[in-house]
Amino acid sequence: MSAAEQDLIQALSDEEIGEIEKEITHLNGRKSAAIDALKIVQKHRRYVSDESLQAVANLLGMSFAELDGIATFYNLIFRKPVGEKVILLCDSVSCWIMGGVDIREKIKSKLQIEMGETTPDDKYTLLPMSCLGDCDHAPAMIVGEDVYRDLTNERIDEIFDE
Amino acid sequence: METPLTNNIGPDKPFPDLAVYEQNGGYQTVRDTIGKRSPTDVQEAVSESRLRGRGGAGVSTGMKWGFVPMDNASPGHKYLVANADEMEPGAFKDRVLMEFDPHQLIEGMILSAYAIQADIGYIFIRSDYYLATARLKAAIAESRDKGYLGERILGTDYSFELHVHVSAGRYICGEETALLNSLEGKRANPRTKPPFPPISGLWGRPTIVNNVETLCCVPHIVQNGADWFRSLGRAEDAGTKLFGASGRVKNPGCWELPMGTPIREILEGSAGGMQDGYGLRGFLPGGGSTGFLTDEHLDLPMDYDAIMQVKSRLGTGTMIILDDRTCPIGMVENLVNFFARESCGFCTPCRDGLPWIEEILHKLETGQAEPEDMNILAQQAGFIDWWGSDSSSNGNTHCPLAPGAIEPLESARKYFADDFERHIRDKKCSYR
Ligand SMILES: Cc1cc2nc3c(=O)[nH]c(=O)nc-3n(C[C@H](O)[C@H](O)[C@H](O)COP(=O)(O)O)c2cc1C
Ligand code: SF4
Ligand code: FES
Repeated sequence: MSAAEQDLIQALSDEEIGEIEKEITHLNGRKSAAIDALKIVQKHRRYVSDESLQAVANLLGMSFAELDGIATFYNLIFRKPVGEKVILLCDSVSCWIMGGVDIREKIKSKLQIEMGETTPDDKYTLLPMSCLGDCDHAPAMIVGEDVYRDLTNERIDEIFDE
Repeated sequence: METPLTNNIGPDKPFPDLAVYEQNGGYQTVRDTIGKRSPTDVQEAVSESRLRGRGGAGVSTGMKWGFVPMDNASPGHKYLVANADEMEPGAFKDRVLMEFDPHQLIEGMILSAYAIQADIGYIFIRSDYYLATARLKAAIAESRDKGYLGERILGTDYSFELHVHVSAGRYICGEETALLNSLEGKRANPRTKPPFPPISGLWGRPTIVNNVETLCCVPHIVQNGADWFRSLGRAEDAGTKLFGASGRVKNPGCWELPMGTPIREILEGSAGGMQDGYGLRGFLPGGGSTGFLTDEHLDLPMDYDAIMQVKSRLGTGTMIILDDRTCPIGMVENLVNFFARESCGFCTPCRDGLPWIEEILHKLETGQAEPEDMNILAQQAGFIDWWGSDSSSNGNTHCPLAPGAIEPLESARKYFADDFERHIRDKKCSYR
């Protein structure tokens, strides 16, 4: 490993490297931990920058291109900066039937952003998401790690006024 | 009526942590089985129970396990994977099982792993199931501390390690060979079959992938026997199942009922019928990749073969209800949008055909469609075709995602043909 590559691994914190190495012990070969490693980096840094991706690639012994091909396949690996909390708004069928489109418009006007955008204060990024498994309480969304069900316009006001 | 899968679940019941779970008889099968009964004995019980996979395809679990090599000719790891990806639109049953009784899945995995002599297991869970993930991890730790998991389970010479793998999105990860690629850290494109995973799966080793609910049935079969399990079903199929309903019904939710329960009992009984002011137009019986049925089908039993005979599928058993104030074409557009977005991009009829279909449905919904567009819909669906094709199951695509994607469309063209005509004739959607 070249000195430059060493430097780049050091772009990861000891904590991140420790967590990634632990995942590797549950798997078969270092590359197998690619997705876990990206998720670990994302947990610590909100998103995976080019620098982080290169560092993870070096740590796992793979090329940047190979790892980026994996990273961009998965919609919950963020390769661009996101806000403090990501809003995953369900746009699948049961939520659609139960008025999901109105809820989407309400959130957009409440936060003054379009789908895929981040609020200027960097608090929220709004993304569409496939069925969240809360179809019996549609419409549904996840903000950060919290699930919100049976959404109404009033609930949206309450949630984002907090 | 017996409800083995949800015995520990209910608003008035304490959360089944290890102590409560054991008080309710939990892990007794592990004590009675590991090192005391032979693995083939467990396999036979599951075969005789006629348990069919609850992940959607309804494959006989015993038969699938039977393909795993049991001799010592090729020493090395064998794997058991719980498929907890649950991203099918309309499906939410596995979440209920994992959030509210995580030990049941773990007990099921220990027994199933023992039956095929797997030494490593993974629970492949979708990223958005935070609560389920936390509860499973806590339950695995409890179970390991008690000696039910890990090295030399309960002092026997059988060992089984269980890990939770949290996914990073994409519905295609639920397809079992795509899931295995994802577990290996790769892009989740489905693999060519054969070889089938029971022979060559994770890292080329024998691997069984089973749905969460399938695995949850196993402790009850091992404990109460195959005859008991078969007797739970009301028609041809064995056991109970979590059925669900969402959409404009009075009481959307999820209920454990016997296999073979008539659809009417679920819709009008458990789900409480339609909300006031809404009528029933149709329903997808088993999630977003299953074809529409209508009120003429309400007396059919929810059984794999009975639903297959009317060209739909039992799927996940979680129904999505189409009411008479919602546009069937809009509903299909929403579904096709999902499948087009979730396509892994490997083959053309799916990668390019689904967006084309979506575009035409959008034209219909916005009053821009021409009669000729109906031919394009038929042609594109024909490239994907499942029912008409004589090849085994995958139609003309590399995996069943695309055939599943067009099941709602093809059945809508049959049952709601007048809606398609009206959208073209009136150049608008009359439901808005
Ligand atoms: C696109 C696609 C998505 C799937 N998603 C799931 C899923 O989320 N959960 C699941 O158990 N099975 C899913 N399946 C079915 C699996 O491929 C596999 O048949 C199943 O996990 C086997 O378990 P079982 O025999 O216990 O049903 C999916 C299949 C396809 C084609
Ligand atoms: S049908 Fe083809 S493109 Fe579509 S998900 Fe399956 S393999 Fe991928
Ligand atoms: S369709 Fe929105 S949670 Fe299932």
